[in-house]
Amino acid sequence: MMETTTSLSFTEDGFEAFAAGREEPQWLSDLRNAAWKKFSELPWPARNDEEWIRTDIRQFKLDRYSLALEPLTSEATATALMRDGVELGGGCTSFDGRKVDSFLKDKWAEKGVVFGSFGDVIRSHGDLIQPYLLRRAVNPNYDKFAALHTAFMTGGTILYIPRGIVVDEPFHALSTLSNGSADFGHTLVILEDGAEATMLSETASEDVDGGGLHCGAIELVLNPGAHLRYVNLQNWGSNVWHFAHQKAVVDRDASLQWTIAAMGAKVAKVNQHVGLIGEGANCQVNGVMFTEGKQHLSYHTLQHHEAPNCRSDFLYKAGLQDKSRTVWRGMIKVDPIAQRTDGYQRNDNLLLSAAARADSIPGLEIEADDVRCTHGSTSGRVDDELIFYAQCRGYTRKEAIQMIVTGFFQKVFDRISIESVREALGLAIARRVREYE
Amino acid sequence: MIDTLVIRDLHVSVEGKPILRGVTLTMNRGETHAMMGPNGSGKSTLGLAIMGHPNYEVTEGSIELNGEDLVEMSPDQRARAGMFLAFQRPIAIPGVKLADFLRHATTNVRRPDRKEGEELIPMRDFRKELKGNMEQLQMDVEFARRYVNDGFSGGEMKRAEILQLAMLQPKFAILDETDSGLDADAVRLASESIAEIGREKMGLLIITHHDKLLVHNPPEFTHVMLGGRLVETGGIELANELHSEGYDRIRKAYPEADAQNQAMLEKEDAQPVG
Ligand SMILES: Nc1ncnc2c1ncn2[C@@H]1O[C@H](COP(=O)(O)OP(=O)(O)O)[C@@H](O)[C@H]1O
Ligand SMILES: [Mg+2]
Repeated sequence: MMETTTSLSFTEDGFEAFAAGREEPQWLSDLRNAAWKKFSELPWPARNDEEWIRTDIRQFKLDRYSLALEPLTSEATATALMRDGVELGGGCTSFDGRKVDSFLKDKWAEKGVVFGSFGDVIRSHGDLIQPYLLRRAVNPNYDKFAALHTAFMTGGTILYIPRGIVVDEPFHALSTLSNGSADFGHTLVILEDGAEATMLSETASEDVDGGGLHCGAIELVLNPGAHLRYVNLQNWGSNVWHFAHQKAVVDRDASLQWTIAAMGAKVAKVNQHVGLIGEGANCQVNGVMFTEGKQHLSYHTLQHHEAPNCRSDFLYKAGLQDKSRTVWRGMIKVDPIAQRTDGYQRNDNLLLSAAARADSIPGLEIEADDVRCTHGSTSGRVDDELIFYAQCRGYTRKEAIQMIVTGFFQKVFDRISIESVREALGLAIARRVREYE
Repeated sequence: MIDTLVIRDLHVSVEGKPILRGVTLTMNRGETHAMMGPNGSGKSTLGLAIMGHPNYEVTEGSIELNGEDLVEMSPDQRARAGMFLAFQRPIAIPGVKLADFLRHATTNVRRPDRKEGEELIPMRDFRKELKGNMEQLQMDVEFARRYVNDGFSGGEMKRAEILQLAMLQPKFAILDETDSGLDADAVRLASESIAEIGREKMGLLIITHHDKLLVHNPPEFTHVMLGGRLVETGGIELANELHSEGYDRIRKAYPEADAQNQAMLEKEDAQPVG
């Protein structure tokens, strides 16, 4: 790769320089060019747009950020939380959108498993990836951020599991960000028919209060009979802008357990969609959020039943501290064909301070008649009587609150079937809980 | 030196409203005291004030454990100093298993100087001890895996309170209607357990309407609360009298306290705390 500049901006010139310096298959260049054109045409989200009405991005200035191009000199220093004590089948680390290292155990490579950084896998297996990348799950034209991501996507990880292969060791991916930098990571997981895998992916900043931009996407493609456990821990610094489109498509008799934990970022706006596209598809989503300071996390979930006899079960729990705010907008959409749908969605919020605020907007859009769909949401404060009771048993006030918060999340932790993840999330949350009056 | 709890002229208000109007009581460790009195007389208020419930403001008087002022301490400091309250209405803690709750509690109470984040008592020792106590209380060990008081029946909650008493081994324990909501067999089991766990080892203040708890725990002293005051103190014969005759004699003998008791009851909120 020829480089004259060390970083480039998100402008016409910047895009041309970016495109010129890449040795990529033609189909990918075409995808990027179309996306850049789309990006230039699309307006920024309007304040009164239902998806953005609660999320203020007037402070967001794209021209403050640039994409790093210089060869990697420094090592990633952010620490991974979820891989302790886990025997991994493969791992991949990136820093400011560039690969640091990756490995895949021979025994899985021999079975046809493909795993590595986005750039490496595009180079080695472009033809395999082409039919999937931004074609089956995430829509690159969804909005201005989706188009921007598509134009500049770099970094991230691709996992491909061939038909019938069962991988019993998790894959791990860590994307790290230095203060003020940009990450355009793209995660793509493809499971062929009957394949099984677990992937733990986490994103973190070098500094807990670091800033920067993440404009990313996650795509999970489950072909018939596949089983995937996917965990995604967002732990950016508290000044990072996080914009992400995340979508899974789950085909006939396939099942997905998707755990999404969000702790970091200044402002996060995430679209998390699951399409149940084949009869008998099953999907469980576990959302764990903990916010503090002035964080604002906005999650827009869609469980789209496009085939009969599918199940979807979304449980989101958020603990909010200080002046932080969460928005959860959930939709169960049932197409006319999707008879015997079983859909569930729930959002519970625990407000740890008077200034915190949680908005819950559940929704149903049902066009079939033989369905069972339930939804609900609660928001409440920590009950002083619980704190007193625990104090009467010797707990300090802070310990009591930590325990109550852990108890609040227990229901969603109980659903997460990976121990290292349960432990990492429990610890990360307990560490954040402060004493408050 | 024997541990003593000395309460002097204690006045307690809730939201500015006086509830206790001068309670004086001395207990030595090893003694059993019964406290009786009609509804709304202030019995639960005394227990909550002794533990330091933030809504119960001590406006006058003192509570001292071995000469140390409890009023200035937080509830957890009081628990670590050796005080215990079995709640009349225990509180549910969703998502927290009784065993986990108790392991942390037991550690803190046994190691009063433990700092936040320091090691808990070893799991194996704790499990063994917990199991032993549960067997004694004829509780299924599965019970410890349930979330604290969450969906417990009234009787289960009371037994869980006794289990906590057994694990925490306080110097002084206030048992607030630990017999209510139990059937006859359960009351017998509870009173036997309390006798075995606490009698002569702790100072027990047993708040009760019934005499069953007192059969196995005959009190050396019986106190009668009316209108936020201890109007009479006697021996076990006073408990027996009140149980068979009711409070008519007491109410007539202390018309002013009785009037205050009535007045408090009339002001009582739709959902009394306690
Ligand atoms: N948290 C509270 N808020 C308001 N009133 C209270 C509260 N706790 C107790 N009281 C009042 O104090 C009085 C005594 O109550 P309590 O101590 O529960 O009586 P007892 O236990 O003897 O039945 C009652 O009139 C009750 O309404
Ligand atoms: Mg009472």
